[in-house]
Amino acid sequence: MEAMRILTVGDCAVSVEFGQEISLEINHKVMALKMVLEREPIRGIVELIPTYCSLLIQYDPMDLRYGQLRERLEALVTQLDEVEMPPKQVVEIPVAYGGEYGPDLVEVARAHNISEEEVIKLHSEPEYPIYMLGFVAGFPYLGGMNKAIATPRKQSPRLKIEAGSVGIAGEQTGIYSVESPGGWQIIGRTPLKLYDVNRNEPVLLKAGQYIKFKPITKEEFRAMENEHKGN
Amino acid sequence: MSIKVINSGLMTTIQDKGRMGYQASGMQVSGDMDSYSASIANALVGNEDDAPLLECTYLGPELEASEDVLVAVTGGEPKVLVDNKPVHAYESLILHKGQHLKVASMDEGTRAYIAIDGGIDVPLVLGSHSTNLKLGIGGAEGSKLYNGEVLNTGRPTDLAKAIISGKSHIRHTDHGYMAHHHLWQESNHGDSHEIRIVLGPQDDYFTPEAVKSLDGAVYTISNESDRMGYRLEGDIIQRATQRDMITDGIVFGSIQVPPNGQPIIMMADHQTTGGYPKIATVTSADLPLLAQCSPGSKITFKVISVEEAQDIYVQFRLAMKEQIALMDKDTEDAGWPDSRPGVRNYNLKIDGQLFQVSVEEVK
Repeated sequence: MEAMRILTVGDCAVSVEFGQEISLEINHKVMALKMVLEREPIRGIVELIPTYCSLLIQYDPMDLRYGQLRERLEALVTQLDEVEMPPKQVVEIPVAYGGEYGPDLVEVARAHNISEEEVIKLHSEPEYPIYMLGFVAGFPYLGGMNKAIATPRKQSPRLKIEAGSVGIAGEQTGIYSVESPGGWQIIGRTPLKLYDVNRNEPVLLKAGQYIKFKPITKEEFRAMENEHKGN
Repeated sequence: MSIKVINSGLMTTIQDKGRMGYQASGMQVSGDMDSYSASIANALVGNEDDAPLLECTYLGPELEASEDVLVAVTGGEPKVLVDNKPVHAYESLILHKGQHLKVASMDEGTRAYIAIDGGIDVPLVLGSHSTNLKLGIGGAEGSKLYNGEVLNTGRPTDLAKAIISGKSHIRHTDHGYMAHHHLWQESNHGDSHEIRIVLGPQDDYFTPEAVKSLDGAVYTISNESDRMGYRLEGDIIQRATQRDMITDGIVFGSIQVPPNGQPIIMMADHQTTGGYPKIATVTSADLPLLAQCSPGSKITFKVISVEEAQDIYVQFRLAMKEQIALMDKDTEDAGWPDSRPGVRNYNLKIDGQLFQVSVEEVK
């Protein structure tokens, strides 16, 4: 594993980088440092943004200077192996695959010469780690998709993809948290809202958790959607 | 109390110091582009530093007061009119019931800030009043202002009550001397403004020559520049490696370099993460200045160390506090040298000694 580096991000932030590849081992270090800094806050740190390999730490130089922060972090990172991580959390995401909710399921199945059912099985089998959230509010960057269903993005992107759409882009899978344009192959949709500003916790998922997709019928989808509207 | 939007202007949004605390969920911070001018505007009407106010771009709005209200306009050199008569920016103005305030254009700079005493009364969304246009949250229903809209204002400040009732002098400040007048002049290098930067976090993705020549490099701010980012045009920044970068965190001021080699500076509405390497970061003290630079204008990068940048930023923040404290003192002072109408009184600090100065316009 590569050595840890503290990178300068202007006069109000640093980035602690634990390596330069997408791996759970590296991502766990990012999460461990975040947890330590949340448990025992350093005065002057104002926000933490975890990503695949690094933790961005924003701080206020009125309270904490670069040299001081560096020293504190260098001492902290030596203890990360001893940090006890919380138990694995798996969030179940119900997905209606195919049809109006997953218009590209047919195309993905055809691309690999397998049945639609096989795609659904391969996609809903794994527990996908959430490495980070970014791009827009609530969008999870997932790892661990079976390469047997890896499919290139669509030739021409759609102008509008509904929130909750589950898609494949190359070797990645993901869920659109808000409505947006995009070129992913859409294979299904979840009635859960990954982002809802009116909810106490506006964003459903957290980096460090795992996702498990659970196939549901279109009727179940509609029932769950109505239930959310009722709330 | 309320304000009616007669004309919304080009792009007017409600902002405050931004929506902090949700970046780990991918939510942008938003907030004032020129945080300094916004703070001064709020101080001029006696508001808290983070009270929600209006940020306008190029062409500001025309507003009508439902009652007597105290307002202030700052940021760049805005042309301000009350009932079509020119008035001063950088001072508190009593807007009487039915009067119209108009921010007509910018003589210099890009963004003006209009503070209204009591702040604009919009709901707090996830800890902030800032408008997030992408998600459609915050501010006035997540959108820019529109014609005919009515904005409620918060409880009048004590300062506003005192000034409107004539018990207190209007409040003014030395013409935005830091972000605008002073910094603007000082940073002006012929036809470009100097913007100080700190190298990193990914300067090692670029050739040593590219990194070296960034110091002193001149770039033009392109027309494709907004609250999310400023696209720059100038020398191509050469990559040393074609290795893809793994997406990481971004800050206000991050200088991203996409494959075409033309840098983009991430501004207040930037995404929280991104996959392009970032060669450098604009220093916090120069962000207000950059926010006032308009498309078509030129900037010159100057590389400084992180320690220098922090010294400058801490001084900047302390100077701003002092500027606001002096305004408070101006208001408290009873025995002014000259209290005739039209005469302005300042507390001025020169070499650590405080002077009271009265200024009268030559008629």
